[in-house]
Amino acid sequence: MAKITFITKEGETIELEGTSGSVMELAVEHNVKGIDGDCGGVCSCATCHVHVRSEDVSKTGSASEIETDMLELDDFANEYSRLSCQLQISDALDGVVLTIAN
Amino acid sequence: MQKSELPDPFEEIRLKSGVGEMNDQDDPVKMVLRHKDVRKTAHNYKTFTSAAVPGRIVVPSEVNIRKTRQIPFELDPPIHGVYRAIVEPWFKRPLQADYAEKLTAQINALVEETLEKDKVEVIEEFALILQSRALTLLLNIPYEEASTWISWGTHVFRSEDTALDGDKANILYDYIDKQIEKAIKNPGEDLYSMLLASEFDGKKLTGEEVKGVMVLTFAGGRDTIINVVTNAITYLSEHQESLERFRKEPEIIGKAVEEMIRYFSPLTQMGRVVTEDTFVCEHAVKADTRVSLCWASANRDAAVFENPNEIVIDRKINPHVGFGFSHHNCLGASHARQIMKVLLSALAENVASIEVFDFKENIEDLGEFKRKVGYDYINAKFNRLTK
Repeated sequence: MAKITFITKEGETIELEGTSGSVMELAVEHNVKGIDGDCGGVCSCATCHVHVRSEDVSKTGSASEIETDMLELDDFANEYSRLSCQLQISDALDGVVLTIAN
Repeated sequence: MQKSELPDPFEEIRLKSGVGEMNDQDDPVKMVLRHKDVRKTAHNYKTFTSAAVPGRIVVPSEVNIRKTRQIPFELDPPIHGVYRAIVEPWFKRPLQADYAEKLTAQINALVEETLEKDKVEVIEEFALILQSRALTLLLNIPYEEASTWISWGTHVFRSEDTALDGDKANILYDYIDKQIEKAIKNPGEDLYSMLLASEFDGKKLTGEEVKGVMVLTFAGGRDTIINVVTNAITYLSEHQESLERFRKEPEIIGKAVEEMIRYFSPLTQMGRVVTEDTFVCEHAVKADTRVSLCWASANRDAAVFENPNEIVIDRKINPHVGFGFSHHNCLGASHARQIMKVLLSALAENVASIEVFDFKENIEDLGEFKRKVGYDYINAKFNRLTK
């Protein structure tokens, strides 16, 4: 079980708990605004872009090359950017705070 | 070669120089072929504009048959984004449960009708009907309207004899003009009325702007949907095991849809007009000339995709550009994805196998390349799954 906190563009804080699947799927299931997951999680659309809180980067790890290439051309990308479809939910993610980029 | 195979005609030139050439009505196009360059070029709207003369960024060019600017497609940021924000929520409606339910009912009924036939011509009697009926949902207008669009045939813009057919295009433009007049007199809950009630910069959208969105909606979602549906049917006729997998593991259907969009790339390319002398993939390009973003080539780039020429039905990482890339990614993508998900589910649940009797390939002539994009006709039979 991992508790994951989303902060939307409007500043709303949403706390969700998940056990499996991706962070994008958890967010879409709960209609978190700004996480659309249009491509269903195959790294093709960048509609699940989040910024990981700096102290949580050790929990999420860093982006793969394909993910980085995708984010490189996103106007809201920064060093904390991840595509949440590529973050698999496990106990290791417990407590992470993600700010939605779009 | 299997019937369903779509060969990649771009590989050699993509590896060698990264840029192809085609002439198009004396306005030549430099085709950008590599995945990375396609994405970079698509993203750089300042140097590669969409806001050229209406019709010029389309390949083949529609400059001679269209004066209406397609909106938001033929605009650049930041104006593009303002128009896109007006239409985006409407084009996300396919994600709603009641929309998906209606679409499922439509497609199940069509599959059932098809199962009753000894022979079906998949383009005219299946894909065109499916696309037209589904469009009534996207526009939120009565189902019966689909019969008008079906009567136009498969090519609104293109005919078999000439690349561009102005008379056929006028059928669509005249039709849209009439529908806009009707919606002005009698506003309803449809897309025309929503657009007429919308504002840009504090002013109601003009008839011409509404027409621009509607032309895009009709044109962008016709051949593309027909291509992906017919290619999927042909693929499944040779891959019964994939139908079996969809039955056992319906959770992979979303990935299968993305993979089909990648492999079939139902829209081969989209152009841009160069605004300043520059380079693409180290090739000089001059201001006021055209480049194209060749989605079909980028989607087979082995630098990005393992086994690019195979359909890997549950491909997990799939950064395809089949719906375009960046600001102008396909407005109708949610509708298209929903159609394909529902279709694959409906086929898996009801169809044991598909037999293809005969077919004719639709080969695009792209200068130094010839690309199979779909079919002119396919005669087939759907065999019922006995449960």
